[in-house]
Parts: sequence; structure tokens; C-alpha cells
Amino acid sequence: MDNDIRGATRRDMLLAGMAGVGATLIRIEPAAATPDSMKRAIRQVVGEAPVRNGKVTIDVPTLVENGNTVALAIEVESPMTKDDYVKAIHVFNEKNPLPNVISAHLGPRAGRARISTRFRLADTQTITAVAELSDGSFWSASADVIVTLAACLESLD
Amino acid sequence: MARALINVPQKAKSGQVIEIKTLISHIMETGFRHDNVGKAIPRNIITTFVARYNGEEIFRTDLFPAIAANPFVSFHTVATESGTIEFEWTGDNGFHETGSAKITVE
Amino acid sequence: MKEARTRRVGKAKRAHRGVGRVGTALCAFAHPTLLLLALCTPLLATEIPLDQRRSGYEDLSRDSKAMEDDDTANPATFWVLDGEALWNAKAGSANKSCADCHGDAAQSMKGVAARYPAFDERLGRPIDLEERINLERRDRQNAPPLKFESHELLALTAFIGRQSRGLPIAEAADPRLKPFIAQGRALYELRQGQINMSCAQCHDDNWGKKLAGNIVPQAHPTGYPIYRLEWQSVGSLQRRLRNCIAGMRAEPFDFGAPDYVALELFLMQRARGMTIETPGVRP
Repeated sequence: MDNDIRGATRRDMLLAGMAGVGATLIRIEPAAATPDSMKRAIRQVVGEAPVRNGKVTIDVPTLVENGNTVALAIEVESPMTKDDYVKAIHVFNEKNPLPNVISAHLGPRAGRARISTRFRLADTQTITAVAELSDGSFWSASADVIVTLAACLESLD
Repeated sequence: MARALINVPQKAKSGQVIEIKTLISHIMETGFRHDNVGKAIPRNIITTFVARYNGEEIFRTDLFPAIAANPFVSFHTVATESGTIEFEWTGDNGFHETGSAKITVE
Repeated sequence: MKEARTRRVGKAKRAHRGVGRVGTALCAFAHPTLLLLALCTPLLATEIPLDQRRSGYEDLSRDSKAMEDDDTANPATFWVLDGEALWNAKAGSANKSCADCHGDAAQSMKGVAARYPAFDERLGRPIDLEERINLERRDRQNAPPLKFESHELLALTAFIGRQSRGLPIAEAADPRLKPFIAQGRALYELRQGQINMSCAQCHDDNWGKKLAGNIVPQAHPTGYPIYRLEWQSVGSLQRRLRNCIAGMRAEPFDFGAPDYVALELFLMQRARGMTIETPGVRP
């Protein structure tokens, strides 16, 4: 038993351990996503490639009926031939606990690069859709969505 | 127990782009909710949905806790030949559900 | 036609100003979007005139309307299908299914949900569909009652309600129901809770206006049990009423309280002639 670490918290021990291998700080993630974590999540998908605005259309209400179930459709302009098609559509948000919403993988057999689903929004926020094309390029669009709480909530029984 | 609802046109012309709509019964528990004594309710979601057309994968999607309960997913595909379109959902706690629909392509 | 402003006389708790045509007999006219029966009953003060009645469906977003219109896109269909399975399953020590006595629900249950709550002889008061199902289970199947808001009970009411889709809500012809309709109306007009508001103040006087981003509906129970986006699940009218009452910061009664059945009965009568949409989708 090492006297130095007796009484130390586990986090301190980890930091102390890391200090010996290049002093990388461990960052404790906040409980909710932030615009930064959305950007990081997008980076994880696109890597270092640039993301251009365009080709992507987001169909989502500006003021939702209810944040627990929001209709969402994403369409990407593309001829959808075997040489020029949409490989994937990723949707991100900035204020839910996690930044990812859905990642859909398409291909030339899709015929049309349009997907729709229903998702949850914790608060008024911006959502971003990123499309990956067959030529390796990335395109995106964003939409601002207003979310209010339902007027009459259930009490916890 | 009814689990999946699939909407695929019964007939299509060869080369026609068709829309496929799917709905699956699932609570999609996010893992971020707490019960009335403060204990976290564990995550329980569908994580993957795959569609195959006569055995070939035509659509695959990863779902996250942000997807609403009873996930609705719709997508498109080109009607190439008659046959069967199969659907597969997998998720936490060994969740596994399948469905299929026949299509006649002229 | 000038509309008369009336003031209710009575206890301060029930004071409620309303606008309406008093004592005018209105004979029916076919409205293009609402199926209305030939109704020659007089409209009472504070009631929404027949030609202005709107289902909550009208206020839905484009996508929610699409959800209700398409059975394969409406999650409530899962409950309907489960209800169908339960309808056909043997239950209780009598080992009988609903189908054993009632046959094909599409025939035998057609119109039933449209005329509930209905008067029950033995209890001497109206009961709603949930109570009727549990009485049938007890008396014919020797099966224990299904809990309120349980998946099974919601599935059965969704399935039975579905058989009335497209039909108009029936007018309560049974004279024994009159005092209970009045009891329901009294609860509807009662100011209650910390906010000291009545149902009527929002749903008769301020429908169409917005509250916290949502349009205040007229509150007609045309689609119950509904798939509510807030719940991400199917729920009963009583669940919805208790939500509202909790929202008014009043103490909700327990599920199954006869007061709620009276209120359900009143609400159905207030919506008489409107089309059943069960299972509906609502925010």
C-alpha cells in the first residue's frame, strides 16, 4: 500500500498515473451535451474533412407540438447513381444529454436520399444534419427548434 | 404481442423509387431518467435497424436514446425485382425483432 | 344573430360567465368536416355552438395528423392489435374469451364506445368502458379485474373503441343519465385547485388560444384512448383528465372515481354528434 495515494480520490489517482505518460488531462464531461460536444461528435464522424453548407434540407417544426416526440425528415440532393450517391446521413443536437440522434447508411440502391423519424428534444436548440457523399465530401444544414414544456404535466403518482 | 408494423407497397414498377415506412414497439428508455427515489433507470434502446432486399442490405441505421419511443423510421429504395424485403431490429438486453414484406415488381 | 351573455346564479365557487344561445332549438345541418346527427335539443348557455365544434385533430401538426391517419404509422395500433389478441384469448377460471360470447368485435362492438359511459342497472350509476370490461371479466369470465392504465386494459379499450371509428358520438337517450350529466357538468364548471380555474374557462372560453406553445383544444373526447406524444404511450381519458387537474394544481381523484365517470359522460354529451377517431394522436 503506497502511503502517497492513501486517502486520495480515484480521480486524483488516475491523474497522477497519467502525469507519468505525457500529462494528458482527463476532462469530466458535463451531464448535458453542449454546442461543443455536438461539434466534437460531428468531428468524430467527419474527421479532418471540411463540412460545407448545402445539399441538405431539414424538415422539422420551428415550434414543436411536444418535445418528447418530434417528427423529423432529412433530404439530401443527389442523383443517387452508383457513381454519385449519399453514403450516410447523421443528425446531431446540442442540448440533449447526448449529441447523436441517428446515423443512417444509404447507398445507390436508395434511389432517394430522404429519411424520416421521430425524435426527442430536451430544450430549445439547434440541430445539425451532416451528409456524407460517395466522393468523400461532407455537407450539412442546421435548424433552430423551439421546445416548450407541455402545459399540463402529470404529477408523479 | 404485436411488435412491428411495416408499410411497403405491394406492387411497384421496375426502377421505381418506393418509400418504406416502419414502426416498432419499444420504450426507448434513455438511461437519463430517474425513478421517484432518484435511482437512474437503465438504458434500454434499439440500437440498430437493418433492411435487406432479397438478402442484400439496402439500408442500415444506428439509433440513439434521442429517438422517440416506438421508433418510426422511413427510407427509400429502388424497386428492382420481386421478392422479400426483410427488416431486423437489435438493441439492448438482447432485443431482437424481425419482420418482412413481399413486393411484386413488374 | 345576437348572442346572449348569461351569468350563472349560485355559489361563488361555481360562478362562470358564458356566452351562448339560450333555449334556441337548433335543427341539424350537415357540416362538411364533422358528421352531425339531426339534433333538435336546445343548446345550453356556455356550450360551444354546433357549427364551431372542433376535434383536437384539427389542431394537430401536419405530421401528427399523418400519424393518426395512417394505422401503420400510429403506435396506438400496437395496442389495438394486442387488444384483438386479448379479445380472442381465454381468460379466468371460466376459461372463456370475449369472442366466445361476443363473437366478431367488428360487428358486436360497433357503436359501443360511441355510447359509453352507459347506465349500469346494478350499480345504479353510469360506468365507463373500462369498468364494463372489468365487470364482464368478473361476471362472465371469473377473471380478476385489469388495473387502470395497464397495457391489457388500454389494449382492450383501444380495440373496442376502434370498432366505433367513424361513427358519431351517441346522444344519451336514457333519462336515468340526466342527473349524472349534470354532476359531470358541475365538475367541469367548478373552479378548483391552487390556480382556482375550471375546465370551462380554458375549454369553453379560451379554446383556440395558446397556452405554453400549444393550442388550447375544445377538449372533446373523440379519440380515446389516445396515443399522447407527451406520454409516448396510449392512455385513457381519465389519465388525461387527471393530468389536467394536476396541471390546475388540484388534487386528482383516484382512477375509477364515479365523479370522473360523470365528467366523462358530460364530455361525451358535450361532444355528441362528433366523429369517433379512436385511437387518436394528441400532443
